[in-house]
Amino acid sequence: MKHKILVKLLALVGIIASISLVLAGCGSSSSSSADSNNSSSVEKIKKRGTIRVAVFGDLPPYGWVNKDGKRVGYDITLARKIAKDLGVKIKFVQVNANNRVDALNSNKVDIVLANFTVTPERKDVVDFAKAYMKVSVGIVSPKDKPITSASQLQGKNLIVTKGTTAENYFTSKQKGVDLLKFDSKTQQFNALKNNRGVALADDNSYLYAWVKNNPTYTVGIKNIGPKQYVSPAVKKGNKSLLNWTNKEIKKLNKQSFFTDDYNSQLKPYFGDEVKPSDIILPQK
Amino acid sequence: MAHSGINVLFEGTNFTRLLLGMWTTFKIAAIAIVIGLIIGIILGILRTFHNKLLRFVLRIYLEFFRIVPTVVLLFLFYYILPRQLNLHMPGTQVAMLVFALWVAAEMSDIVRGALISVPIHQRESGLAIGLTRYQLYRYVLVPQAVSLELPATINLITRVIKTTSLLMLISVMDVVNIGQQIVEANNQKYPTGVFWIYGLIFLLYFLIDYPLSWWAGRLEKKRLEQANGE
Repeated sequence: MKHKILVKLLALVGIIASISLVLAGCGSSSSSSADSNNSSSVEKIKKRGTIRVAVFGDLPPYGWVNKDGKRVGYDITLARKIAKDLGVKIKFVQVNANNRVDALNSNKVDIVLANFTVTPERKDVVDFAKAYMKVSVGIVSPKDKPITSASQLQGKNLIVTKGTTAENYFTSKQKGVDLLKFDSKTQQFNALKNNRGVALADDNSYLYAWVKNNPTYTVGIKNIGPKQYVSPAVKKGNKSLLNWTNKEIKKLNKQSFFTDDYNSQLKPYFGDEVKPSDIILPQK
Repeated sequence: MAHSGINVLFEGTNFTRLLLGMWTTFKIAAIAIVIGLIIGIILGILRTFHNKLLRFVLRIYLEFFRIVPTVVLLFLFYYILPRQLNLHMPGTQVAMLVFALWVAAEMSDIVRGALISVPIHQRESGLAIGLTRYQLYRYVLVPQAVSLELPATINLITRVIKTTSLLMLISVMDVVNIGQQIVEANNQKYPTGVFWIYGLIFLLYFLIDYPLSWWAGRLEKKRLEQANGE
């Protein structure tokens, strides 16, 4: 008899557990973003003594890990500076491009500094602070057959990576160009070397770095399409940290922090073909 | 450039970092397996009881963890559930929890299968000499089931170790994640480095998984010899 009761009790617990699991899955997320329990406000971060920053670990020269196992890069330098000015320790959480928004929304991190380009769609789900960098699409082609204007591309094959700004721009705005799409950076550059297309389009800063190591190619078009900005992002509604970050960036601009950051982290990669003003915003 | 790709492994602390990553992987897998096996054995025994409701609930549990891909489970436990329940766990603990629950589900089916394949006359003889249910399981069914379930269990363990390569999705610094960092950091200097790094990762996984797999094969052979020999 005793066994039966025990068994039924166990079953009941199991059912309740599975129901709550299902309910949790369907529950609305609106309640959790309420301001009252903002666990990433400046006050809370200071109390905790650490700021948790989402960064890339595999994107030189912005966020990567050097041979001594230390996180370095343009974004990382900014992250360390922010932590220092807040007077707290820093904890890096490595993310990839697809889970930057989730990391913020599920309170895994306080701020994202992972080459996060501002787009209208992303503005709906996170709050962006003032920009600290600009990017635009550039086009690289062989030096002996350079492409210097978009009209030269009509009816020809252009190499792009899926999901990038470059792909978006050419799909919607330059319909006369035939796109050849690849999954990764390595694949796309190999395709260019094998002459699968006349040119390759990607974020211009990437291309600057690449031509430095591949001197038979040149970035024939440095900017095409709309200019885009890279900003720190915080969770939607986190006014406290957003305002603080905006002030911080204004202050850093005055100290010309980003010029120094450019010179130490990006210049070795980009070489002299690129000027700091191609990447960073006006410092005043 | 005259750099040979293999040098990428020995530059700076790259090699120790990869080994540390493997240690993280191993630790998560080991803890999840131990917890998962214990829960799985208990659930497996419960699943041979005749209570319909209990069997139904445990069946749902099994199917849930068997059907939903591990990637989805990791995302659910790391990103979605914390948001709803306001419960916070670091990536490594989420990984252990998800893998333990998964192992428990799969193990419960292995144990149930082994228990019901113990010949029926064993159970009946046990009941005939007046054993209680506890004694029946403790002295008759479980000991005979163990040799039946061991090979399948070891296969499950090797699967868990391999599947830890998904952990980079929830920001756990496992060996694959660190490998990726090193590949991207050295892409310009060592274009063929990727081959050596993934080669080493392959070797590390192989060194852990192959002995297990060999052991499972040996146990299975032994069991067949015992069952059919003499």
